[in-house]
Amino acid sequence: MKVLVTGGSSLIGAGVATTLAARGDDVVVQQRSRSGALEHIEVRQELGDIRDPDVVNRAAARCDAIVHLAAKVGVVGEWQEYRSINVDGTRNVLAAARRHGIDRLVHVSSPSVAHGGEPIVGGAADAPVLGRRHAWYPESKAMAEIDALAAAGDDLGVVAIRPHLVWGPGDTQLVGRIVERATTGRLALVGGGRALVDTTYIDNAVGALVAALDAVTPGAACSGQAYVVSNGEPRMIRELVEGICLAAGVPFAPRTVSLRVGRSLGAVVERVWPLLRRTDEPPLTQFLAEQLGTAHWFDPRPARDDLGWTPTVSIDDGLVRLADWFAADRRLTAP
Amino acid sequence: MTTPSVRKGEPTEVRVSAPDADTWRRWGIDPSWSRSIDVASHTGGTHCWHVLDTGAPDGRADAPVVLCVHGNPTWGYAWASFLRRLHPTYRVVAIDQLGMGYSERTGSRRYADRVRDLDDVIVALQLGHESPLVLAAHDWGGAVAMGWAVQDPRQVAGMILCNTGIAVPAGRSAPAIIRLAASSMLLDVVCRGTSIFVEGTVRLSGRRITKIDREAFRAPYRSAPARAAIADFVADIPLRPGHPSEAAIADVAERLQAVDAPVLLAWGARDPVFDDDFAADLAGRFPNTTMHRFPEANHLVMAEADVAGVAEAWLAELFDGGLAIPATNSAVDADGSIALADQVRPLWAAIDERRDDTDEAFVDLATGDTITFAELAHRVDAVASELHRRGLQPGDHVAMLTPPGVDLVTAVYGVWRAGGVTVIADRGLGIQGLGRAVRSARPRFVIGPRRARAAATVLRWAPRATRLDPAELVAAPVGELPAAPSGDAPAAVLFTSGATGPAKGVRYRHSQLAAQRDALAATYAITSADRLVAAFAPFALYGPALGILTAFPDVDVTKPGELTADALDAACERIGATLAFASPSALANVTATARDGRQHRGLGGLRVVFSAGAPVPSETLRALAELAPSATLHTPYGMTEVLPVADIELNAIEQAERDDPKGGVCVGAPVTGAEVRIAALGFDAADHDVPSELAIGSTGEILVRAPWVSDGYLGLWATERAARPGPVGDWHRSGDVGHLDVLGRLWVEGRVVHVIHATNGPITSVPVERIIERSLGIRRVAAVGVGPVGSQQLVIVVEDPETEDGPVGSEMAASVRRAVDEPVASVLTVRQLPVDIRHNAKIDRAAVASWASDVSAGRRVRPFSGRS
Repeated sequence: MKVLVTGGSSLIGAGVATTLAARGDDVVVQQRSRSGALEHIEVRQELGDIRDPDVVNRAAARCDAIVHLAAKVGVVGEWQEYRSINVDGTRNVLAAARRHGIDRLVHVSSPSVAHGGEPIVGGAADAPVLGRRHAWYPESKAMAEIDALAAAGDDLGVVAIRPHLVWGPGDTQLVGRIVERATTGRLALVGGGRALVDTTYIDNAVGALVAALDAVTPGAACSGQAYVVSNGEPRMIRELVEGICLAAGVPFAPRTVSLRVGRSLGAVVERVWPLLRRTDEPPLTQFLAEQLGTAHWFDPRPARDDLGWTPTVSIDDGLVRLADWFAADRRLTAP
Repeated sequence: MTTPSVRKGEPTEVRVSAPDADTWRRWGIDPSWSRSIDVASHTGGTHCWHVLDTGAPDGRADAPVVLCVHGNPTWGYAWASFLRRLHPTYRVVAIDQLGMGYSERTGSRRYADRVRDLDDVIVALQLGHESPLVLAAHDWGGAVAMGWAVQDPRQVAGMILCNTGIAVPAGRSAPAIIRLAASSMLLDVVCRGTSIFVEGTVRLSGRRITKIDREAFRAPYRSAPARAAIADFVADIPLRPGHPSEAAIADVAERLQAVDAPVLLAWGARDPVFDDDFAADLAGRFPNTTMHRFPEANHLVMAEADVAGVAEAWLAELFDGGLAIPATNSAVDADGSIALADQVRPLWAAIDERRDDTDEAFVDLATGDTITFAELAHRVDAVASELHRRGLQPGDHVAMLTPPGVDLVTAVYGVWRAGGVTVIADRGLGIQGLGRAVRSARPRFVIGPRRARAAATVLRWAPRATRLDPAELVAAPVGELPAAPSGDAPAAVLFTSGATGPAKGVRYRHSQLAAQRDALAATYAITSADRLVAAFAPFALYGPALGILTAFPDVDVTKPGELTADALDAACERIGATLAFASPSALANVTATARDGRQHRGLGGLRVVFSAGAPVPSETLRALAELAPSATLHTPYGMTEVLPVADIELNAIEQAERDDPKGGVCVGAPVTGAEVRIAALGFDAADHDVPSELAIGSTGEILVRAPWVSDGYLGLWATERAARPGPVGDWHRSGDVGHLDVLGRLWVEGRVVHVIHATNGPITSVPVERIIERSLGIRRVAAVGVGPVGSQQLVIVVEDPETEDGPVGSEMAASVRRAVDEPVASVLTVRQLPVDIRHNAKIDRAAVASWASDVSAGRRVRPFSGRS
């Protein structure tokens, strides 16, 4: 099978490309600049912007399937940019798929597309919600998912996969920030970090996308559907943060911020950040406070039943692998 | 005649128009069910009736019809739950009586008119021609429906009567609230001029009915003209002799015995008007009634409680082979000879056989009272003959409010001998629970000391019961003895604490209690040479039945957990005991109060010590084994509904724990005569077959069959039906989960309601808790589920008095995860887990799960231990 992976330079994208190549698939990756991580494996790198239809068309030529990861992630920035990358980019992918007669598309989405701020306890992959203000990432991803799933039909199988809080070796988003804050003594847990939260070890996220790719033939049970994937082992956020700190060898001495205070602080930060003309990620937003302070875990059965997928690396095993990775990293960088 | 005058010949132009479709939908009623029809009246002319009619279910034109008749001051909406629940299977028709709801406002109508009105509408709707007809009726609608039923009982397939009546029950006057409303001065103001009567009726239900319900109940009665019929209805209640409707209603009441179709009495027990007395009155008039009583519900029971669900189950039985006539209705054999069946040895037989024996029979070390077998036999006769003299009829309920002791033992056997039914409630229920239990049993006699007799009157536990002093009763001269009850006759109603919600009355017949006595004797090889010390009051009652000397140790009967080693030892030594029974908490206290080096001569003579009622930790038994070196230590497994089911002794417990440390609690092999079957969790109790047996080793619900399984529950038809699956109903659903192993041993893994329904299948609580308790040395652990059924996550809550409530540290969490096979989402700690009062061992897992769910959802929560 010849597969196009958009956003191939991301942690998950590189993982998917590597896994597919290793099992003998013919892999094309599309991203803006050359990825060092993909240099030593046999994949074709197609450089360019997802917003450019020609780039996407060229990359998709002669492919049988697409795994669409390319996206702008974040909490700051202009709506225009989120919309053009996440919404228009997805439309480019859909157009390319139709043009080249591609019959499988795995659209990588986010659990935040359906997030309403309430605790999620054993939830399902609810329909995307529109109409947010100032939360451009989930808003644009919701629009993109709606477009992608609407394209599912007799000729094209489309499945949306929403991995929940991915972490693992090399992850700069979750692991990187936790370690950075723990090191600088700025680690805070909203609501004491007691809420149960689903997370996904990187290898499981990759495994789920590959399983989805294999399952999503036109007319398959999963086609036109969205799935939240995770380890299926919700943990208290404080336990996971502590485990990551332990693995990284940094101190775990968090302060506790109540959910109410966290939300208020987040709201203030959201207002102040643009006024300061900061373009980096703010330390806290309302959305982040809710994500960290309330339960977010999902029923794993739909993904298990429809994609035939179950996680292979448990959280405890993942933490061991993370510790090994940090240890190896320290050896390499040691003088 | 002082009955308020009924207005005659009023104009009928008052119109109350039916709601629009959106309003019906908001009220949860399909708008297509609402229609108005012109019905030819028996008086000539036509009246416009409003009905809620679901029509026949798809493709089933011959489906049975459930015709619902509301009372005053409600309307067809009172049956909303029936319409919603039953319409897929039945045609449900809820009429608005004339002048009520959205039917035509006519002139005033007497009872006899209303019965004919009902016939008019039944004829017009052509009900009961092609399909069986069931009448459901509430409040004064009941009287109307009964009036129609007696005219041609063959047309009635069944009746569901909710909080209604046909006559003021014998020995009392009409409810004060009705007399007040019907008084000539107030009638018009209360019922018509103002909405006090409508409002009061709706408010009786409080928050048990929804805001929508309240709105719908009030809707047709917003103006005084619209309420005219409400006043007419009340004025038509024949509260005084010579009332125009008195004769008609009395005639119907007399003829109800001709209605032999099954009748379900679905009753809200808190109704201040149609209370339990009315239910009992009806039960005595119809030949074939069953009852389901809703302890928490008031007058509008169909809106407050799941009457529709019970009705659905009952209708399914009714149309699926017919409802059996409950045998408890026939306490006396057909030929009038109420001799005990040959094969059943009477409960008092052992006492009778030793009536010339001057050896001691019972010793109460708390009071110093003693009694010989000869005296006991004599006094049992005295009690029986005195009760007979005072009018006790076979099957009459007798509340036993006497504290445990010689008098209680004597009175219980006396009541049994007289054919009465002992109502015995566990003191762990507390005063409120006790009152509720006694009230629901409606005793005709109360036997107890002055305080208990006062409570029966003042607290209205049994205001009209004959109250008897136990001391006077046992001292009565022996007179004529009534005929002995048969083995089939009812013997006892037992209320025990422990479960959530109001205690259920468990009914036993003589044959079942006799079988239980024989099972205990066989299980523990009890012979006349044995002597019993019973530190748990109810168990002391078995001694005389077994014909052995029994002692009650010196301990406060309300606090059996305070039993000391010295008190138990003294009791054993006093009678030379060979058997001792105590609750697990009492045994724990015995081992805690045993003084080093002291000789326990009394305990040394014991050959068997048993303990039951809650899981008995093997550590307690081990400590006890040192105090009573000659005794084997047994724990029978069972419940109020059936005991014993299985039995195991200490060595076997220890062996079982070694064999399978993660199996749960091994309770041993079923005792001789008892059968155990493991059925799939969540099997359909409405199914007519007993669920099939799961493979050895598979976990499921524990079902039990034995000759000593209780008869059922008091006034809880649907609960009993659900607890006794299969066509005969001889299997009891224990509500426990567990499995059988290859050696035939039964393992209990917790309660069905405590099963954690995780993604990879059900997880039972007890094995998880036991393995953590044992491997980590924690005193108490609760394993609970958070999240929706099917994807629940396992949360472990450990008890640690030293640590603040909340998450445990990472090392502790890691230890717990190592000990448990199943994935653990989080480990929390609380200073104290909630346990029940009586056993101090059963954890209130529902409360723990609720707290753990809040914590795990990230909600702000108070510390668990600080909760009230």
